Amino acid sequence: MIDAPYDLAPGDVLILDKAGRMAASGFGVYTIGLILAVILTATSFWVANTSLLWALGVPMGLVVLAIAQMGVHLVFFLHITTAPDNTNNVLALAFGVLIVFLVVVGSLWIMTDLNTNMMPPAEMMNMHNRP
Amino acid sequence: MNVAVAVYDVKQDTFAPASEAGPAPKRVVVAFGFWVFLLSDIVMFSALFAAYAVLVRATAGGPTGVQLFNQVNVAIETACLLISSYTCGMMSLAVSTRRRADTYMFALITFVLGAAFLYIEVHEFADMIARGATPQRSAFLSAFFTVVGCHGLHVTAGLIWLAVMMAQVAIKGFRPSVDRRLLCFALFWHALDIIWIWLFTAVYLMGVHP
Repeated sequence: MIDAPYDLAPGDVLILDKAGRMAASGFGVYTIGLILAVILTATSFWVANTSLLWALGVPMGLVVLAIAQMGVHLVFFLHITTAPDNTNNVLALAFGVLIVFLVVVGSLWIMTDLNTNMMPPAEMMNMHNRP
Repeated sequence: MNVAVAVYDVKQDTFAPASEAGPAPKRVVVAFGFWVFLLSDIVMFSALFAAYAVLVRATAGGPTGVQLFNQVNVAIETACLLISSYTCGMMSLAVSTRRRADTYMFALITFVLGAAFLYIEVHEFADMIARGATPQRSAFLSAFFTVVGCHGLHVTAGLIWLAVMMAQVAIKGFRPSVDRRLLCFALFWHALDIIWIWLFTAVYLMGVHP
């Protein structure tokens, strides 16, 4: 357990004599995170500007890249892990993701549906003026 | 008291089963509480993002994203925030090993990069408003200024917080309460970067893509 120094909740207290050793490997963790994030960001900008890809698939590709980069940030910068003392953080995160998903996808779904089914304005005016 | 601390250290070291571990250390509890706050903040942003996504076509004959967004600016802003997130991590490592000079240095780099981000963003807003693309112009622009401006306000708050924390390190030193506040600041700063990922993806890159 101790040999995997990142099996700690964010902010778990460090035993001070181990802090130096952990900082040395912590540098590596942040650097890997930065490199991955830069690669994913550069790919996002490339995907948005290239004409090589199927245009209708680009928004979906951008969303996938953003989710991947969010994962990189959570693991390498925020240190969300599967360690026992991280369970509460992971559960809260799962709940947060659920709510975010419901709010965004639910809004888009309902509003698109309303737009599709909305009567043309002229008809609405007629209905409004009807006795 | 000392005995309690010693037992507590052993338990930290060996990860006793949850039934035997006793109450979690204060840092873990504080980080969890702050994490819940961050998630609630992210839920608030999700509502703003949903509003933006619904209103993105409602330009009322006014300027659209393709005409307004400058990708070079967005790339520079992204680089500023990403590197500042990295230097913020370096600052956390310096704090955990009690290297005071490194803490100040990395905090300064983080602050300068965050301020550069804000400068570019305010410049961009001023430029858009000068071209008639004010928040009142269309529902699309109202949603744009709300979601991007709200993130900008969070960055501003983060910069003030960072300055206050450096003053606390200078005056109070690395005591446990200051450690916990620095930890929460680092979580806040990294979470802002996660929101920016969605901003540059959903607002700017999808906005310039026809």
